[in-house]
Amino acid sequence: MIKNPAIRFDNVSRHFGEIKAVHQVDLEIGDGEFFSMLGPSGSGKTTCLRMIAGFDRPSEGKIFLYDRDVSNLPPYERPVNTVFQDYALFPHMTIEDNIAYGLMIKGMPKIKRMKRVDEMLNLVRLPGFGYRKPSQLSGGQRQRVALARALINQPKVLLLDEPLGALDLKLRQQMQVELKNIQREVGITFIFVTHDQEEAITMSDRIAVFSEGKIEQVGSPSDIYERPATEFVAGFVGTSNLVSGEIAKRATGSTKTFSIRPEKIHLGFAGDTPAAGMAALDGTVRDVVYLGLYTRYLVEIEGGADLVVIEQNLKTTSMDVLSAKGQKVKLSWHPDHISHLGS
Amino acid sequence: MLNRVSTYFYRRPRLVLAIFLTPPILYMLVVYLGSLFSLLINGFYSIDDFTGIIVREFTLRTYAQTFNPANREIFLRTASMAAIVTVVDAMLAFPLAYYIAKFASRRLKTWLLIGVTIPLWSSYLVRVYAWKLILAKEGILSWFIDLFHLTGVLDWLLSFPAIGGSSLSLSPIGMFIVFVYIWLPYMIIPIQTALERVPASLLEASSDLGAKPFQTFRNVILPLAFPGVVAGSIFTFSLTLGDFIVPLTLGNSKFFVGQAVFSYQGTGGNIPLAAAMTMGPVLIMVVYLLIARKLGAFDAL
Repeated sequence: MIKNPAIRFDNVSRHFGEIKAVHQVDLEIGDGEFFSMLGPSGSGKTTCLRMIAGFDRPSEGKIFLYDRDVSNLPPYERPVNTVFQDYALFPHMTIEDNIAYGLMIKGMPKIKRMKRVDEMLNLVRLPGFGYRKPSQLSGGQRQRVALARALINQPKVLLLDEPLGALDLKLRQQMQVELKNIQREVGITFIFVTHDQEEAITMSDRIAVFSEGKIEQVGSPSDIYERPATEFVAGFVGTSNLVSGEIAKRATGSTKTFSIRPEKIHLGFAGDTPAAGMAALDGTVRDVVYLGLYTRYLVEIEGGADLVVIEQNLKTTSMDVLSAKGQKVKLSWHPDHISHLGS
Repeated sequence: MLNRVSTYFYRRPRLVLAIFLTPPILYMLVVYLGSLFSLLINGFYSIDDFTGIIVREFTLRTYAQTFNPANREIFLRTASMAAIVTVVDAMLAFPLAYYIAKFASRRLKTWLLIGVTIPLWSSYLVRVYAWKLILAKEGILSWFIDLFHLTGVLDWLLSFPAIGGSSLSLSPIGMFIVFVYIWLPYMIIPIQTALERVPASLLEASSDLGAKPFQTFRNVILPLAFPGVVAGSIFTFSLTLGDFIVPLTLGNSKFFVGQAVFSYQGTGGNIPLAAAMTMGPVLIMVVYLLIARKLGAFDAL
């Protein structure tokens, strides 16, 4: 339980006919958190965001905003603002008028709101852009205008719907840092929808992983990465090896399925004795992919399973690693690095 | 052989362009602008009042004649009718266009668009005559009005001197109803097209930023649909301005511009005055377009 959550979902469902876009979701998002909703398309994350914004209403359940039931309030009565995936800037207005829109609607006098617009343009590092039209701006600049237009209203919660999806990689990484800084500066709750696990891990305080209308796991980025609760989370967030049955028993003494990250596995020579306390399995290198910074090995374990292993090329060259193909190896890892899956 | 021809044209894109563009440009120049120019020139001729023969000598007398009180009244009457038909068409078209563009399902949208355009498949004359019967004193509309015991209201409306008459089919009110009906599709389609291009996220964004539905309409929907409204109004306004069939069929003895031109060039045999009168609507439309441009109606094109 979180004390005084900014957003609380109480058994919320959203069904479109037969399709259960969101099904019986309970969720609490803390005040001032940078919270990500992560999942593949169609997993229900965007529908959840739209229900917070008010564009969609729950079929069942209730949504609370600071303990106030907002489930049936129209968007214009909710103290939240949204940064849209396509930015949704008004094409017939200048940047200035776009950013001032919310204040204009509230009836703030023009001189006062233009002063606020200037502050916002400085916050998003676009001073002097006020008189341009959205069509004269680049994707990254429009993105920042959309952010300014939402933040100027001082919402209690800012909703971001895959806002970085349309940007190229370099700009995206730059905006990730910037967004995080702006969130620290303004101190309000950010709810960030993304399908990019790296983005979620980089930026978030906590992440909810969605699949098929349900939340699979909620936790800090390290929780999600190091201790995935379900097979889906283990597979969706980063690469994971799932080990089960007889082979799991050989490694851990139990047939219970566990997951292990490729980089946590140590690749040793076949005859090596693993260090004390380490779990180990024997196998044969089936494939080697040299990736510059690191190398990815595909190791076949006796008994059938294939494990992916990643090793940094600290001392090895491409010649060394490529010659490993076909060799017998011993895989070992620290028992703390495995995660037993719930389902 | 075919290859060589293709290659020849591929290397000369300007030649291809010239071949394709020459016919439409010639057509525009000769048929459109040429006839317009011929009208302009004919207006500078005059008619010999005694013999009725056209005098092909430059004079401003004919154009001056279009400004005499009787003709001024015709222009004013026609322009007022065109303006009010345009405004009412826009008000009727907007909700329907908005519904078609933003709410109707794919299937319903197709049916509604067919419904809007289907009247255009039948002859315009047939529809005008059909309306004459509908609006007649013993017609179906009177019957309906009687059914609701509103005959008194109708008689009261028809008693107004400028717009009334002995029955709907013989009054400016009747003409107004028919004009509104006949040009409505030309208003719906451009507005619907304009609204179709407004992304749903813009409306959500406006609402998200605190705007109530009416404020979203005024600040986002209307400005973005405005080019469509102007495009539609160009149709409804200019078509009403030049029409002579509806006034001939339904009106009273008071002339409209198209009707005046029709009678001058026909029974009157006064081609120069007919030509000069025609330049009136052309001038009005040019002014109208200039104002529309000033209002930014073409910025989004």
